[in-house]
Amino acid sequence: MSKTIFPTAIKSRPVYGVLEPRPGALHLVVADGEGAAAVVDMVAKAEDTARMLAAMHIIYTPGPNGTDLSFELEALGAAQFYRSPTIPTLLPRLARVLDGAHMGTQFYLAGTEGLMGQAERDIMATGVPWRDIQKEHRGSTVRRVQCVHCKGITENVALDPFKCSHCGLNLFVRDHYSRRLAAFQGVNIDAEDPGQVPPSVVRFQ
Amino acid sequence: MSGGAKLKVRVAEVVTVNEMIKRFRFVRLDGGLMPAFSGGSHTVVEMDDHGTRRLNPYSLMSNPQDQSGYEISVRRDDVGRGGSLFMHNHIVPGMAMEISYPVNLFALDTRAKKHLMIAGGIGITPFLSQIAQVAHLGGQFELHYSARSKVLGAYMDTLTVAHPGKVHCYFDDQKQSVDLARVLSMQPLGTHLYVCGPKGMINWVLTTAANMGWPAHALHHEEFIAPGTGKPFEVKLAASQKTIIVGTNQSLLEAIEAAGVDAPYLCRGGACGQCETSVIACEGTILHRDHWLTPQEHAEDKKIMPCVSRFEGETLTLDR
Amino acid sequence: MSLDIKPDTFDDYFRDETFRDDFTYANSPQGILRFPFPFDRDDYTYSVNMEPHGGGRKGSVFEHAFDVDEHYPAEMIDRAKVLAEDPLRCQSLPHMTLAGWDLLELIMESKARDYPQWFSLSKNGNNWHWINRPLGIDHSFTFLDDTTLPYGPFEYITRQTQGDFSLQDERDNDLWMDAGMITSQADWSLDFDIGMSFMEWHAPVPLAHEKGIFDRALKFLLKLQHGAPVRRFNWTMTVNPLLDTSPETYPKWGPTKTTLTAENLGQKQHLRVELQALFRLPRSNAIAFSIRCYLGKFDELVTVPKWGRRLHRVVRDIDPDVAAYKGFLRNRDAMVQWLSKYDDGAATSPGWWAED
Repeated sequence: MSKTIFPTAIKSRPVYGVLEPRPGALHLVVADGEGAAAVVDMVAKAEDTARMLAAMHIIYTPGPNGTDLSFELEALGAAQFYRSPTIPTLLPRLARVLDGAHMGTQFYLAGTEGLMGQAERDIMATGVPWRDIQKEHRGSTVRRVQCVHCKGITENVALDPFKCSHCGLNLFVRDHYSRRLAAFQGVNIDAEDPGQVPPSVVRFQ
Repeated sequence: MSGGAKLKVRVAEVVTVNEMIKRFRFVRLDGGLMPAFSGGSHTVVEMDDHGTRRLNPYSLMSNPQDQSGYEISVRRDDVGRGGSLFMHNHIVPGMAMEISYPVNLFALDTRAKKHLMIAGGIGITPFLSQIAQVAHLGGQFELHYSARSKVLGAYMDTLTVAHPGKVHCYFDDQKQSVDLARVLSMQPLGTHLYVCGPKGMINWVLTTAANMGWPAHALHHEEFIAPGTGKPFEVKLAASQKTIIVGTNQSLLEAIEAAGVDAPYLCRGGACGQCETSVIACEGTILHRDHWLTPQEHAEDKKIMPCVSRFEGETLTLDR
Repeated sequence: MSLDIKPDTFDDYFRDETFRDDFTYANSPQGILRFPFPFDRDDYTYSVNMEPHGGGRKGSVFEHAFDVDEHYPAEMIDRAKVLAEDPLRCQSLPHMTLAGWDLLELIMESKARDYPQWFSLSKNGNNWHWINRPLGIDHSFTFLDDTTLPYGPFEYITRQTQGDFSLQDERDNDLWMDAGMITSQADWSLDFDIGMSFMEWHAPVPLAHEKGIFDRALKFLLKLQHGAPVRRFNWTMTVNPLLDTSPETYPKWGPTKTTLTAENLGQKQHLRVELQALFRLPRSNAIAFSIRCYLGKFDELVTVPKWGRRLHRVVRDIDPDVAAYKGFLRNRDAMVQWLSKYDDGAATSPGWWAED
């Protein structure tokens, strides 16, 4: 599997690239699901693989669709490898690593938008420019969606429209994305004609 | 109006700082307060050098919160086009001048957890106003300042006394230089780096930082490119239907202005992009000297930055 | 020290009116004549259309940097209600506090200069004394010290100024929307958009991106200088004089679009004009973006014959995508039908002024 190709959308919709090895005193890798394969591909491109792995810390969690490639990732032999069961358990570990890190740390994110978005949000908060955080999308396209009405975020949204998991309003999913919140925007679809909700389609998988 | 709003000022003070550098203080002609500004700003000073109109950018070195006057430092350049010589030799207290409102192309990133500043020679000037801003409003900074000798290291003493522990000075004549790799390896996440000084020093700092994994968007630099001199050349201004000759000591932008054509500009130093002009026809070589266009744009020769770039060859026709 | 607006604020000039519930808002006859009718010709296409701001025709909304009109206290009371219900409508990222002080200085100095009968500002170094008579405010505070104000400087001054505000931080040759007081916006969410770049914030606007309009606008704004503000217009339609048409409260006001009838259209359908002004701020190098909202109901607008004719033609001929984006496609035909009574096909003079 290679990186996901997304249809061209509005300018606030994130665009992802392909991970490349870059110089750094520490290589901090955060990935989920099929993103593990992107990390393996990236390491294979390194000029001095042993040197890169000796300075690498990988934090990994299975994808929302259940894909778990921890075995392959751990086999790379990075200096540190950690598998969290879920994203909420991964983020505190990331926060602690960021707390002690110095400039000269390279960041590599791979996998779903939900994982990459939340990791990017937390890394940005330390003052690291978001554009210099490499991101490659692989695997599921399910979305984190913030309900603009109650501010609640619904995870792993596959249907459009869907019901907000916090306030119950019927929401349609926009491509408008906030890096600060790491979520797409959901807006009430039947505000003008309450009860008139088009049938949901599976838009993200 | 090109170049924006102007301030009418009087020269209040001229101070010889050392054998190369003079400091000038401007106050408002009408006695009012100067506009406040942001650290790292510069002003464009207008000079009438015996009939030749020059506009040179100089960093504001005074405290941004001090609205009683502005201060700039000018390093004398004996082989340049004459702007700094004019300032040194002809500007005296009491003279009336026109300067631009402050413009900032070298601003601090106010989200940074720490500001790491690297200065060389006269490149210290923008950091003086930036440090005053950080000190006044809160924030972390560290300055590494290199000069040829202690005598030529303007303001080193004042800075070291005012900010103990945060200012590190290095003198070329004592074979001192900053241990750049070590300094860069020790900065907390969220540090931004700012460098201003000679071109070679800027390149060395930026390359070293990139090779150590510093993110590109955390690196900032300012280099005012003097327009430079060169062989005279002819240019056709298609929109104004005029043909002009650009003199040896005159920039293309100055020649366009001297012909009465109002061309947009801002920094006059090849960095901000505002004077970007379309090339209609080019039979010859454009000598691109700016830091704005991409390498591809330099190769395509469809655009030129007239504030610093020149031309050699048969014909150059511009959309002005 | 508080910003509670005193009940005896309203007098012969300032109107005691509401922008919700019973919707008593209306323009006086003078108010109608100075309404910033946004169409200078009989058709409409989106453009950047920036021009210098300030020093415009005497008595018009273009005369002063920050226009204060007969709706001032009523709008500020409505803003306070919106914020009480949803504090997330005013946010300022931590690094933008200095820009907030810049804006406070700009607004206080402008209003004290332009409306000395209502506002005064005296300074003794950083010890400032501000009087806002219409809102009954008399405060002494220390400039740059936010412990001496009841709110951060941005929220403090925008609670006293008509119109929405955003502050853009300039970084990396781009503008970032890092602070906002957004209680009268046309349907975008501050909480969602805060922190976005210029292109990202404007991403949902249809058609304009392809024409390079936003690229040119950004390039123009990056060279905006202190002392040289600019302005442009935007417009949309609103049912009821509702200032707060935010996405957050869309379930509340969305259904009102379906309540228009031929009988009530003149009273309920409002043209909503945004006068947008941009100011470079000195200490922070940020750009302040003011979005001042003027509401005029169709009944009021057609009392100016030129406007009646022109509004009919603009609404009739507008691109349906633009009407959909501006949220009135649903009622467009009803509007055209109603407005046709006021269009006898006669020629209209160029420009928007009622008196020309």
